[in-house]
Amino acid sequence: MTMPVPVRLALRELRGGLAGFGVFLACLALGVAAIAAVGSVRQAIEQGLSNEAAALLGGDAEMEFTYRLASADELAWMDANADRVAETVDFRSMVAFTPEGGETERALVQVKAVDGFWPLYGEAVLGDGDIGTALLDTGGLPGLVAQRILIDRLDLEIGDVLRLGEQDFRLTDELVVEPDGAASGFGLGPRVIVLRTALAESGLLSEGSLYESEYKLAFAPESDLEALKIDAEARFSETGLRWRDTRDGAPGVSRFVDRLGSFLVLIGLAGLAVGGVGVSAAVRAYLEGKTETIATLKTLGATGGTVFATYLVQIGLLSLVGVGIGLTLGAIAPLIAAPFIVDRLPVPVEFGVYAGPLIEAGIYGLLTALIFTVWPLARARDIRAAELFRDLTAGRRSLPRPVYIAATLGLVALLIGVATWLSGATMLALSTAAGIIIALAILLVAARGLRAAARRLARGPLTRGRPALRWALAALGGPSGETASVVLSLGLGLTVLATVGQIDSNLRNLITSDLPERAPAYFFLDIQNDQLPGFMERAEAVPGVEDIETAPMLRGIVTRINDAPATEVAGEHWVVRGDRGITYSQDVPEGVRLTAGEWWAPDYEGPPLMSFAEEEAVEIGLQLGDTVTVNILGRDITATIASFREVEFQNMGINFVMLMNPAALQSAPHTHIATVYAEPDAEAPLLREIAEAYPNITAVRVREAIERVAESLEGLSAATRWGAAATLLTGLVVLIGAAAAGERRRVFEAAVLKTLGASRARILSSFALRSALIGAAAGAVAILGGAIAGWWVTEVVMDGTYRFEPFSAFAIVTGGALASLLAGLAFALRPLAAKPAGILRARE
Amino acid sequence: MSDSVIALEDVTLTLEGNAGPVNILRGVSMHVGRGETLGLVGPSGSGKSSLLMLMGGLETATGGSVMVLGQDLTAMNEDALARFRRDHMGVVFQSFHLIPTMTAIENVATPLELAGDPDAFGKASAELAAVGLGSREDHYPAQLSGGEQQRVALARAAVTRPEILLADEPTGNLDGSTGDAIIDLLFGLRDRHGATLVMVTHAPELAARCDRVIGLRDGALESLAEAAE
Repeated sequence: MTMPVPVRLALRELRGGLAGFGVFLACLALGVAAIAAVGSVRQAIEQGLSNEAAALLGGDAEMEFTYRLASADELAWMDANADRVAETVDFRSMVAFTPEGGETERALVQVKAVDGFWPLYGEAVLGDGDIGTALLDTGGLPGLVAQRILIDRLDLEIGDVLRLGEQDFRLTDELVVEPDGAASGFGLGPRVIVLRTALAESGLLSEGSLYESEYKLAFAPESDLEALKIDAEARFSETGLRWRDTRDGAPGVSRFVDRLGSFLVLIGLAGLAVGGVGVSAAVRAYLEGKTETIATLKTLGATGGTVFATYLVQIGLLSLVGVGIGLTLGAIAPLIAAPFIVDRLPVPVEFGVYAGPLIEAGIYGLLTALIFTVWPLARARDIRAAELFRDLTAGRRSLPRPVYIAATLGLVALLIGVATWLSGATMLALSTAAGIIIALAILLVAARGLRAAARRLARGPLTRGRPALRWALAALGGPSGETASVVLSLGLGLTVLATVGQIDSNLRNLITSDLPERAPAYFFLDIQNDQLPGFMERAEAVPGVEDIETAPMLRGIVTRINDAPATEVAGEHWVVRGDRGITYSQDVPEGVRLTAGEWWAPDYEGPPLMSFAEEEAVEIGLQLGDTVTVNILGRDITATIASFREVEFQNMGINFVMLMNPAALQSAPHTHIATVYAEPDAEAPLLREIAEAYPNITAVRVREAIERVAESLEGLSAATRWGAAATLLTGLVVLIGAAAAGERRRVFEAAVLKTLGASRARILSSFALRSALIGAAAGAVAILGGAIAGWWVTEVVMDGTYRFEPFSAFAIVTGGALASLLAGLAFALRPLAAKPAGILRARE
Repeated sequence: MSDSVIALEDVTLTLEGNAGPVNILRGVSMHVGRGETLGLVGPSGSGKSSLLMLMGGLETATGGSVMVLGQDLTAMNEDALARFRRDHMGVVFQSFHLIPTMTAIENVATPLELAGDPDAFGKASAELAAVGLGSREDHYPAQLSGGEQQRVALARAAVTRPEILLADEPTGNLDGSTGDAIIDLLFGLRDRHGATLVMVTHAPELAARCDRVIGLRDGALESLAEAAE
């Protein structure tokens, strides 16, 4: 079969080699490699989670209850259906340790109380012995194993005695690996494990205490998990049962990995957009060099369509090469990095070459290459045969034909659609796309503005007597296209970096330094009804304690809204995901403002009424008069929404999304939560006073908790910064490409300037000024873009208060100018060294 | 004149320059008969190359009419003009304009390929042999001398058996003896295929070999002289 003419012509041209396509290939390969690598790591983690699902979950399935153990009916169902059952109880508590002759020290811990069957799958790895022996009585006390972080913090030794609630335990070993730890989610303190039977006298698992009971179930190998789930949920749906099984063993982890992966892929797309600018510049430069060939082909009878197809085939083949290199790098990089990162990840990872993420990255790469090449190709199609004997560059149409503009817009829409679909995060993907497009538009305007301003300044009084500055400004304002290319690519790379920098520092501020001026020192949890008066009395008596707020605290799961399943109405909204705190109050709490509806009368005893947080109600779509069913301790309570109120979660006070009238909840077993405002000096005596009197009460030091959250965000920030760095690296490749492309022109310029009597120092300073100005301009636009994106994410998405971060901004402008300067200087050496005579003779 | 293949009536060409519009051609009217050889002469900047390019549809007139083989070139778009050249014309340039990434035979075969000729390479090979370059088929332009490159360009222009051959100073970049050889080849091709030849030249001896010579000055016809038999 004969190949079509455009293919034949394209192949002939490609025989000339890939010279001039280095930047094209590097840009495309880098962008594709970054996306492929992120996708491969995400897939590796998902595969690891899937392979180890049973061990991660601690069983083939898990039935979880809040605040209570399973009922006799529920236990009977488990015994009837499962081969083996292990019971664990998870809660927060304080552990106390009194060294010999020293003062008692306390720490917040996450306690897991297990039975003799745990773990059903996987292995609890200890420092020395095995878990079965370690938890048994040793020297008259039940055994306890703890993570290294607690052992170090309290300076413990094996054999030391620790107190949980009112029960003493002996530390028998270090807990190295908790097999189902990743599925338990985020804990505020280090993990300790004890036998549940040993907690009987601790006073920690009384009615109303905040704990979760988890029943790990092992089924026969052929069991139908879906059928079992449906059966269990049908029988116990009204009891607050939460079912998880190995099909999604660690939903929190996989959701996190999924979201982080999507986010990084989107940053990768920004990198690809930066690369696209380089691709476009490279194609434009290549086609500029082909003007004579194209005009000749037209003279010989080639139509515009033939010319377009010929060069589309060439660019398409080169794109395949670039994407291929990128995919190879993206597939190999995680495999090479595997030995170094596998131990640092808290989840199992199954590294390998996965087709899915590579196909995704390949699609992104090819679409980006097409989007950024259609435009220059369409302009090439319009090159006229007359260009063989006359320079018609100025007369060419500035925009390509409408069909090509439509094609470009169609491809952009396709890319955004694919990215939205594959990322699974519609809003995030659309916002990122909008951000990139807006940033590119701003940068394009900035590039044009810079050229116009440079042209004007070059002729103005500013440059009088300063020839180096005038040459630099004239070059920036000239028709070379270098200005636009560098401002766009470096600017977009820096914008992504600036955005990440602004969001990162604002996020840290939100969590750490943006604490309200009047933040509580401690949260106290699990205060029993009968302990409340004593607690208040003791706390108020501690010098330096300024204020105490308390509220009744229950936990429940929103199961239905207007009698329909809650998840059908509210989707994945956080209020309906997992259990939530609920309180009751006779009067409108101090400082709370009703935004709609009416508060109940003080003596109201009718059907349950609820006041709902306004912002969350709007997000879910709730209206006054709607009903919300909450399962508390296995009992459904349906309340009608009587009012909405403004809730400010950031003030760190006691805040609840759902607040009900007292009669609706008073009779349910519950505890109280307290926030205590105190001077820093009062914190230690306050903790001592309360912990000694009420060992069951858990104290959470607010500052420590915040630091722990901030620590957990560190990994996220690091991953994001790496993603942004990859984007910037692509920007630098484009920058170097532009500098290299301009080298020939600079060689000629330098030769002419030398002939006219300019010294090398003066020429060098002109080149340096040109590069620094262009980099600084890109940096300045990046700061504007970063600030807008940072403001949007902080204020609109995270509901925080945006603060411009001058340090990160300054670093970015300086970095941009410096990078551009270095690239410019690197490519100034040859022009400076060249002898004018040879250059000028060759030009004639 | 009977049986004109090229008929220009009151043709003007004005281009936009940095300092305002520039009048390249001012009301040129002329005819070229079938099989005729016409020489266009004049000083640099007189508009002779532009006039040639108008005849080839490479340039679009700003006024007047350009009829070639009965077709109005001013009414055609770029693609229609390209197809018209492919089917009816061969063009030879002073600076050859061979495609540097293609070998000699590929350069010659390209117009036939564009026309969908199944025997493009067979005919190209024969044409190269006819200009004495049968042994240089697989050489790239950079591997050929100036004279050889122009011979490839001649073969490329003639291989489609065009009714009209346009040549823009075909010997301008060549030394005297090489130029003479090229002219012999060009006239040989015209004779063999019976094509109409329009040629821009600075060389009086070349003009002397034409049937008719037209002089241009400042974009207008200067004189019309029948070449001496």
